[in-house]
Amino acid sequence: MLRTEQDVLRQDIVALADRLGRGRESLLPILQEVQRKYCTISDYAMQIIADELRIHPVEVYGVVTFYSFLDFRPKGRFVIRLCRTISCDMKEKNRVARQLENDLGIKFGQTTPDGKFTLEWANCIGMCDQGPAMLINEQVFTNVTPEGVHEILEGCRRVFGVHALERGGARR
Amino acid sequence: MKMRRSSKMNTLMGPLTFDDAKPEAGLRKSLELEPDDVLELMTESNLKGRGGAGFPTGAKWRLAAGADDEDKYVVCNADEGEPGTFKDRVLLAEYLDLVVEGMTIGAWAIGARHGVIYLRGEYSYLRSHLEAVLKRRREDNLLGCNIMGRLDFDFDVEVMMGAGAYVCGEETALIESMEGQRGEPRSRPPYPVTKGYLGHPTIINNVETFAWAACIIDRGAEWFREHGTQHSSGLKIFSVSGDCARPGVYEFPLGVTVEDVLREVGAPEAKAVQIGGAAGFTLPRSQFGRQIAYEDVPTGGSIIIFGKDRDMLKVAKNFLEFFADESCGQCTPCREGNRKLLEGIEMLERGECSMHYLRELCALGETMRLASKCGLGQTSPNPFLNTVEFFKDELIGRIDKTETD
Ligand SMILES: Cc1cc2nc3c(=O)[nH]c(=O)nc-3n(C[C@H](O)[C@H](O)[C@H](O)COP(=O)(O)O)c2cc1C
Ligand code: SF4
Repeated sequence: MLRTEQDVLRQDIVALADRLGRGRESLLPILQEVQRKYCTISDYAMQIIADELRIHPVEVYGVVTFYSFLDFRPKGRFVIRLCRTISCDMKEKNRVARQLENDLGIKFGQTTPDGKFTLEWANCIGMCDQGPAMLINEQVFTNVTPEGVHEILEGCRRVFGVHALERGGARR
Repeated sequence: MKMRRSSKMNTLMGPLTFDDAKPEAGLRKSLELEPDDVLELMTESNLKGRGGAGFPTGAKWRLAAGADDEDKYVVCNADEGEPGTFKDRVLLAEYLDLVVEGMTIGAWAIGARHGVIYLRGEYSYLRSHLEAVLKRRREDNLLGCNIMGRLDFDFDVEVMMGAGAYVCGEETALIESMEGQRGEPRSRPPYPVTKGYLGHPTIINNVETFAWAACIIDRGAEWFREHGTQHSSGLKIFSVSGDCARPGVYEFPLGVTVEDVLREVGAPEAKAVQIGGAAGFTLPRSQFGRQIAYEDVPTGGSIIIFGKDRDMLKVAKNFLEFFADESCGQCTPCREGNRKLLEGIEMLERGECSMHYLRELCALGETMRLASKCGLGQTSPNPFLNTVEFFKDELIGRIDKTETD
């Protein structure tokens, strides 16, 4: 039998609710899992989650829009978040930013057309003694140099075709 | 003066006091005591919260202990988001057992069965480490049922993840977030000690506070009070970054002067120091003799150093961009005020701000301090006001860069 993408998403969410619970306090963990797996939280996903938790979809929307790590717009497989707060700023994060834009061909806030990379700013990521620092998904990179950017991106690209999602969260 | 330092990713260059802690000694001792005696010890030690606000930990625990409820919670605030702060990351990576030991002692003292570590989303890479340590502690009977053989003591800890919102470090916003809501701070009272997570009494403490609690129970309140000043007892972990030779994590007794810190970290040329994060104080050279302590310059542990060539207006701008972005938007003084201050800074940058308007911006800052609902809006004008107070000559009558180029 044909299974549509929506069926798969629905089953995934039901399974998540089974595992994580259907109380309101399970909302954030469920959203985090959906974001991780699908790189976005679509309107449809929000509706299913709302049904499972028996709350209004607007409640779900309100939460999704509050947290910067959750998004209803599609994100790339690799979300690059370069820290822009003071200590990294003083360590010339702007040069790293420029090179990221050059090498990816996009500006901050954008996603590459192939859906692989999203480039964003992050507020302080707690690596102030080792700036410039950035997160790529759950992995942290410190003392990043403009000329080092290329190799880091290549590292991400090599992951493709293997298991981008699993590897993306691996520790350095 | 005692000074210890750690650096690199999480590798310590010199040991902290936490390295001398005997594993589980504090927990063992506290289980030999009545909860009330543990509370007494904590009060005697004069430990104040290490997360920034500096509320006496003993008093907080006593309030929760006195609350009448079957279900109570112990929450470790690992949302560390204050610009320039990273000591909790190092503590979670290197001294997690001590932190969880402190949480367990807190649970015994107030009669809680559930614990939560609220870890910021940016530190997701630490999660597996946290889960592994919690699992090992369960296997070692340091968590779970009948801890250390005490039939009347069950306590377990779970990890909850934040999702990238600085304001969730504020304790009531943190509870909202744990409950699956937008992280918008609540009006207090009621305080979390009476009505916290899911409506139950909850103690929320900083990562470092729990680690010190474990040390205090083992080594005694006297030992702790030997360090620091009369009003600010004990040692404190600092996150040092910016223009200095040796950034990293340091331990100093409270009451240490700014000068002493700068000497240790190698910053002889510093022109200004930001203490207590973006919301804290920006001090110029003339103030370097001041003490870092709750009664003088309070701090959650962040020290950001600015070298002699730094443009202080740019610094203030960076901070205000942070606050304008992280304001939860719930109340007007903070939501609109931060934007107005940021616009004002941009006017100053272009050299277009009259003295009259600058005064009005300062008045707006004062209003934000008074009228904002939570600590974010109450302190976010600080960098602006401090910069105007101490570095006015850099702000007034600037020439727009694009004009001169
Ligand atoms: C905007 C804002 C952010 C905060 N962020 C943190 C934080 O990341 N970590 C923390 O321990 N306390 C933070 N606090 C302070 C907490 O509200 C609370 O006072 C603290 O966790 C209590 O623990 P303590 O008494 O052990 O310091 C923040 C407060 C405000 C107003
Ligand atoms: S002061 Fe700012 S962060 Fe705090 S409740 Fe008001 S709008 Fe939200």
